[in-house]
Amino acid sequence: MTTAEKYVAAAYLVVFLAVLAYVLIIALKLVRLEREVAELTELAAAREEREPELTSVG
Amino acid sequence: MAASIALVFFVVPDDADQGFSQRIFYFHVPIALTAYVCFGWGGWKAFLHLWKRRPGADLESYVAIHLGVIFGALTLLTGSIWAKISWGHWWLWSENQLVLFLVLFLFYCAYFMLRFSVEDGPARANLCAVYALFGVVLIPVSFLAIRLAQHFIHPVVFTRHGPRVHGTMLFTFCVSWAAMLTLFATLYQVELAGKRLDSRLRELRELLA
Repeated sequence: MTTAEKYVAAAYLVVFLAVLAYVLIIALKLVRLEREVAELTELAAAREEREPELTSVG
Repeated sequence: MAASIALVFFVVPDDADQGFSQRIFYFHVPIALTAYVCFGWGGWKAFLHLWKRRPGADLESYVAIHLGVIFGALTLLTGSIWAKISWGHWWLWSENQLVLFLVLFLFYCAYFMLRFSVEDGPARANLCAVYALFGVVLIPVSFLAIRLAQHFIHPVVFTRHGPRVHGTMLFTFCVSWAAMLTLFATLYQVELAGKRLDSRLRELRELLA
């Protein structure tokens, strides 16, 4: 591998790694959002179960 | 992106002057131009926020500038690698084009310092929009610097009389730029959707709490 080839490969690798890192960060964020949606769904379900009790008390 | 890489490594001929290392051009220049597009788009959205008070324009401006900074960092990195092999230096302070691009990049890096030092709300959105619009002024200065400089070693490919590359080289460059613009558009939509979803979830959590 010549010096020029090494530098060209390094330049393209930098771009590839940056895009890969970005995609990974976005994927991690999506996982977090999915977890939050699940938590909120549970919260909403629990609230729905509690509401009839509150209505009967009121 | 795959088509552009295939063209760069298997189709396009070696440059007569720089040889194999000139292949960095097909990614470096489209990335730099895409960074300008990102900053310009961010400025346009900032303008829409100030002018029409369009909801969401501030967030769109922020996402575009965020991506612009990423593309800007890649421009500086790939440019430095190309400079090292072509000129023997990683960086040349005497090059107006390089220094002005660095100034533009640092200016937009400071945008985040401003954004995260002010509390969320209309005041932050207005401040950031004004700052983003100021940055837009630097884009043509940075772009034209190379043409205004009298002594330069940074190559000029696109002149007033048309491009100085032809045939396969020009086609490869166009494909690479289209690939970079598509990458920007995709990342912009994905990040924007994530940020909007994040904000709606926060509102929903507050409502359910």
